[in-house]
Amino acid sequence: MRQTRSKNVGITLFILLLLTPIYWLLNMSFKTNQEILGGLTLWPQNFTLDNYAVIFTDPSWYSGYINSMIYVSINVVITLLVALPAAYAFSRYKFLGDKHLFFWLLSNRMAPPAVFLLPFFQLYSSIGLFDTHIAVALAHCLFNVPLAVWILEGFMSGVPREYDEMAYIDGYSFPKFFVKVFLPMIRSGIGVTAFFAFMFSWVELLLARTLTSVDAQPIGAIMTRTIGASGIDWGVLAAAGSLTIIPGLLVIWFVRNHVAKGFALGRV
Amino acid sequence: MIAWMNWTPTVAIFFAVIAGILAVMTVFEIVSPCTERKGFLPIATTRGDRLFIGLLSAAYIHLAFLAVSDITLWVALAVSVAWLLVLLRWG
Amino acid sequence: MQKVQNNKAWWLVLPVFLLVAFSALIPLMTVVNYSVQDIFGPGQAFYVGTEWFKEVLSNERLQDSLIRQFIFSGAVLLIQIPLGIGVALMMPKSGIKGSLCLILLAIPLLIPWNVVGTIWQIFARGDIGLFGWGINQLGIDYNYTGDTLDAWLTVLLMDVWHWTPLVALLCYSGLRAIPEAFYQAAEIDRASKWAVFRYIQLPRLKSVLIIAVLLRFMDSFMIYIEPFVLTGGGPGSSTTFLSQTLTTMAIGQFDLGRAAAFSLIYFLIVLLISWLFFTAITHADKEK
Repeated sequence: MRQTRSKNVGITLFILLLLTPIYWLLNMSFKTNQEILGGLTLWPQNFTLDNYAVIFTDPSWYSGYINSMIYVSINVVITLLVALPAAYAFSRYKFLGDKHLFFWLLSNRMAPPAVFLLPFFQLYSSIGLFDTHIAVALAHCLFNVPLAVWILEGFMSGVPREYDEMAYIDGYSFPKFFVKVFLPMIRSGIGVTAFFAFMFSWVELLLARTLTSVDAQPIGAIMTRTIGASGIDWGVLAAAGSLTIIPGLLVIWFVRNHVAKGFALGRV
Repeated sequence: MIAWMNWTPTVAIFFAVIAGILAVMTVFEIVSPCTERKGFLPIATTRGDRLFIGLLSAAYIHLAFLAVSDITLWVALAVSVAWLLVLLRWG
Repeated sequence: MQKVQNNKAWWLVLPVFLLVAFSALIPLMTVVNYSVQDIFGPGQAFYVGTEWFKEVLSNERLQDSLIRQFIFSGAVLLIQIPLGIGVALMMPKSGIKGSLCLILLAIPLLIPWNVVGTIWQIFARGDIGLFGWGINQLGIDYNYTGDTLDAWLTVLLMDVWHWTPLVALLCYSGLRAIPEAFYQAAEIDRASKWAVFRYIQLPRLKSVLIIAVLLRFMDSFMIYIEPFVLTGGGPGSSTTFLSQTLTTMAIGQFDLGRAAAFSLIYFLIVLLISWLFFTAITHADKEK
């Protein structure tokens, strides 16, 4: 029993350390700038919501959140739509060049986005998509689709072939089988894949910033505005940062039951 | 429309050759499918694996030549092609 | 599972192929084109052959940032993998406490990277940050904007804070997949704690660990935003990693040819290392 207790102490300590920087950010977002710069206080002495008010009343601020949400959602949808059939193909069939195709896909997950910045900018400008949500969503597919195929393939390989064959005998057409029978069986896999796609698209800034200027600008790029002539507006910066954590929290809440199984990418 | 890609003949030939090699390998694979086998490489490989290893090492051979010597790159190319053929046959 | 040979499966893969080819091949070809030319502006370019490559290979600034990158990635793996395993072993096995741990651990992963930089920029400052203030109170002179070593340690600490949870979560799910019977057998044999870890848990973690190492290597090798926000690459160029050197070159100085040549070498390095990892994974799968 003593062992369990020391384990509990250990994990609690680790999580506390993990949360301290986040607490500090939250703490600062409720302070006035005078208090922040005036000295170190462990909790807000003059509790204020002004910093949040700045963000929620100024369209150029909150539209950043909306833009980010829009392209992340489009990206998750596209990723799932194309990755599901591909993952099925990889998990069920051998075909010409399958292994090399798989590695090539993965190698795009590995390519540093910095390499592609300028060509990306020019590619999307030349087809007239610059500064649109769809451009960012498509660009993020470059690293999200390979990962999604990889995760889903692991889950699908866990479903025995017999199910496929049984469905054919029962007279299901392939699309009907895929949507009605197969997809429900790998629900948690889809949930986890969506989680990963959301996560990597939400946290990425380099491509999102390069491909947008005004209309589709992500919140991360707008945050640099807090650095003005009179120095950094710490309070608003902290408030904006705190707000970016909330969507992630919501998503992890929805998939929490699948995560334990799915974080191993279905490959254990 | 594609002016920004700044195509040069050399690079165009380079990609054409790569595409050509891939096309030939694909046809070859359809005509006579190959099985995995063990050569002098530490792992069992298929023809496509050996091609990939060959191309990747060719890139490194070129870089090595550029880094340490002033010899013309045609030598590096010759070495790479020879290495690729050895790899495809006995690897 | 026995797979069936069927080339029609290509139709299912085609959308992915086209989508990724569009985003990957066209930019790649463009980068190769850049790398052999000296570009002044639209339509004004000179063919220079392999000169950029030659220059990049002997450029000391780039070599320095490459070495710095390898040291950083190595340090990241050495710290995060053991620490992640340790945390996973400590996590409660199931129930409400288990899911609570999971959610709390995942928080750092879901914060945009520039915000991660901002959090640490604030947190580590000596005047308004708890961490920097605390260290200074202990009588240690700490200043991450002025001192090279402090800057390095801060970037490393930030990365450990940011990504150890991913390793921990991966290992946790690996541990959960071990059947209870294994532990019972170990108990009957009166196996020590260490023996249980070494001979039951660690072998079962192998495949997740490969994924963890692969993801951590790839992401730490292209780290950009976090150190950029935190230290701006300084002091001097002590925390300027590969991606940042590259971005400064391409966007800041508009030195396209050199940046492109450098990008390709960068890509070849990542490709080689990833291929080695990938071969290791597929081999591990085959042995099963």
